[in-house]
Amino acid sequence: MDIHALQQIVHQTRDVRRKQTLSKLSPAERDQLIHKYHPDFRESAFRPIRFGPNVGDKTAIELATLLEGDSSVTDGFDLTPDYMTDVLVVGGGGAGCAAALHAHAAGAKVMLATKLRLGDSNSVMAQGGMQISVAPEDSPVAHFVDTLKGGHMENDHQLLKVMVEEGPAIAKWLLSLGVLFDRDGDGNLHVKKGGGSSKPRLLTCSDYTGLEIMRVLKDEVLNQNIQLLEFCAAVELMSDENGNCTGVIFKDLDNHRDVVVGAKSVILATGGIGRLHIQGFPTSNHYGATGDGLCLSYRLGAKLVHIDTFQYHPSGAVYPEQLIGALVTEGIRSEGGHLVNAKGERFVNELDTRDVVSASIIRECEEGRGIRTMSGRVGVWLDTPLLDAAQGPGTMKKHFPAMMLQFERFNIDISKDPVLIFPTLHYQNGGVKIDTNSETNVTNLFVAGEASGGLHGRNRLMGNSLLDLMVFGKRSGLTAAARAASIPQGKLTVGHLKGFRAEAKKHGSVSGVVSPMILPPYTRKE
Amino acid sequence: MAQEDKENIIDQPEVLRHKMVTVEIAGKKYDVPEGITIIKALWYSGQEVVRGAGCLGGFCGACAAYYRTKDDPKVRTCLACQMAVQDGMSITMMPPFPARKAAYDIQTLKDPKQDLFNLYPEAPLCRNCNACTEACPQKIDVREGVWKAVFGDFKSVSEMFMDCVMCGMCAPVCIADIAPNLVALYVSRAQGAHFTEKPTGLDVRIKEIQDGRFNDEWTKILKMTETELVDHCATVK
Repeated sequence: MDIHALQQIVHQTRDVRRKQTLSKLSPAERDQLIHKYHPDFRESAFRPIRFGPNVGDKTAIELATLLEGDSSVTDGFDLTPDYMTDVLVVGGGGAGCAAALHAHAAGAKVMLATKLRLGDSNSVMAQGGMQISVAPEDSPVAHFVDTLKGGHMENDHQLLKVMVEEGPAIAKWLLSLGVLFDRDGDGNLHVKKGGGSSKPRLLTCSDYTGLEIMRVLKDEVLNQNIQLLEFCAAVELMSDENGNCTGVIFKDLDNHRDVVVGAKSVILATGGIGRLHIQGFPTSNHYGATGDGLCLSYRLGAKLVHIDTFQYHPSGAVYPEQLIGALVTEGIRSEGGHLVNAKGERFVNELDTRDVVSASIIRECEEGRGIRTMSGRVGVWLDTPLLDAAQGPGTMKKHFPAMMLQFERFNIDISKDPVLIFPTLHYQNGGVKIDTNSETNVTNLFVAGEASGGLHGRNRLMGNSLLDLMVFGKRSGLTAAARAASIPQGKLTVGHLKGFRAEAKKHGSVSGVVSPMILPPYTRKE
Repeated sequence: MAQEDKENIIDQPEVLRHKMVTVEIAGKKYDVPEGITIIKALWYSGQEVVRGAGCLGGFCGACAAYYRTKDDPKVRTCLACQMAVQDGMSITMMPPFPARKAAYDIQTLKDPKQDLFNLYPEAPLCRNCNACTEACPQKIDVREGVWKAVFGDFKSVSEMFMDCVMCGMCAPVCIADIAPNLVALYVSRAQGAHFTEKPTGLDVRIKEIQDGRFNDEWTKILKMTETELVDHCATVK
């Protein structure tokens, strides 16, 4: 059936649905739903890692294969450095830019390397906002409790306390750099309510929060004249005789030359894993989200945490085909947008946590209450016209200009027609284990942002990622700069590879996979 | 990806077969499935894409491209990750353009509206040709924005350019060598840092945290056993 015909049920049932209230699920009901329908609980998609710091721990098969993968650096590799620096930041997204700026401000010589352009990242796409407890009726403690609840009580308490307490200072820093957060009439920061939060706490720049922050941070990195190494992909870390991190080996993707950079401290801000397409899911992630930092740190002995849990954002686009997997911001549900099945019914409290909402959408589709497109994909409706109906014409256009434009390009007006959505692979909840200064168990190796783990427990709350990037970018930058000022440059070796390769051989890992992946293999080979 | 559960809807094969269309990429013809995005057409035609792809979600501006549809003389601009191919389309990616970015310390500017003319002296030389506006894939009235910047209406510029993805397609077309996206970025940052009210509530909260206003609550929470914490969390709605 034509997509417009299928949409009619959403228009017909809108008035009835608006009178309904759906309560959030009890903890027991949540657990039951998630265990039955959430992709994290599909046993066959996971396997134990065979060796290394997390031997025996389960993770997605796609990731396990890469973690056990071999390095492209072989014996006899020339480790003569092309550059020497105090602090080397790998990654040009939010965490990388924040780390570089703070390390630079602390007086360190900083170099920022990224495999794409400065700023090409997931951060730039963050639409929902940034959680910071600035409202008078809110508090960092409430932020802590909400996040813990969302993370299934498994969040690292120390990391979490640091994040929620440093949030307001981060907002002040961003404002001083010129970030234009939405305001209330009295000049105070406007806060919106986000899924899984007890209080309105989301700072926003309409639905361009990540873009606005990244435009400013990128510009600031350029203004501060921080040395850049763009289109250079990290392929291996370097270590001294004690196994401490001493630098990074890059591959220049333009001329295919090796670039060796010695550094007193290294900050990996390499982001997530969406482009591994775990379990075949589409993803909302950027082109370079291939989990490179995980593989690099793992080979050097860094311990990972919560790597068996991934976040599937409830609302990835299903139609049109060109937008498959692209995100339809949670902000629309925050403002009252309903999720509606093929029978015109709501089936979940739309503001429950992402794992609950995603699991419930998968349930509706698996039990035959999904809507099937002409190309065979299945999803449920997000009733976007409801916002204009409830809050007046023009609401969608005013609050979600990015979303409107994205669909307008395909001649779809989402203020008039509902959007078909299905969960999309969005975020890696876990990552490299860090302490409150963002340092790993490998000395002088720091990890910040999505590549790190522990902070978000088993499910990240909406709006906590942007704050994570800024807080731990800052902490890693400041600590790495202080460290660099107090130590000499360590020797540049790849001694750690010997042990790693011996382990791999012992476990018969001869898959032939070389990691990190760097870019997903989308190019079609004839 | 191997799936054991054949019933699972996620992995169902697509029902419809795509119709193939012929497009011209950087002057060479390729057959690609109709309706895929330009970026996907590049991959489909066997090209390794390093430059020219970023967020793939229409936000980062890495994939600025030029295209022309069949028999139409008009060359248009787009973000390649957001544009569907059609039969007879000619496409080429925009190369990096060496526009000059001014360096400034946004926090210590003395007179940001006057400083604009020192940092970007070319900004007032706009000759009103409107090519920048026509080149903008985000449908921003770029020309109007440049004029507003020059006349000191920084607030309007910051609002108009909130959609700007910094693809830079407005710069190569400018006959006065203005890079409007960079001008607007400076103006927006100046607006935020210098001409926007300071939120008093934020300073209050920062002081509360410094003064330890939440310390008792923290002590209570952090001392809880796991079960107590679960019970406490359950009371929060």
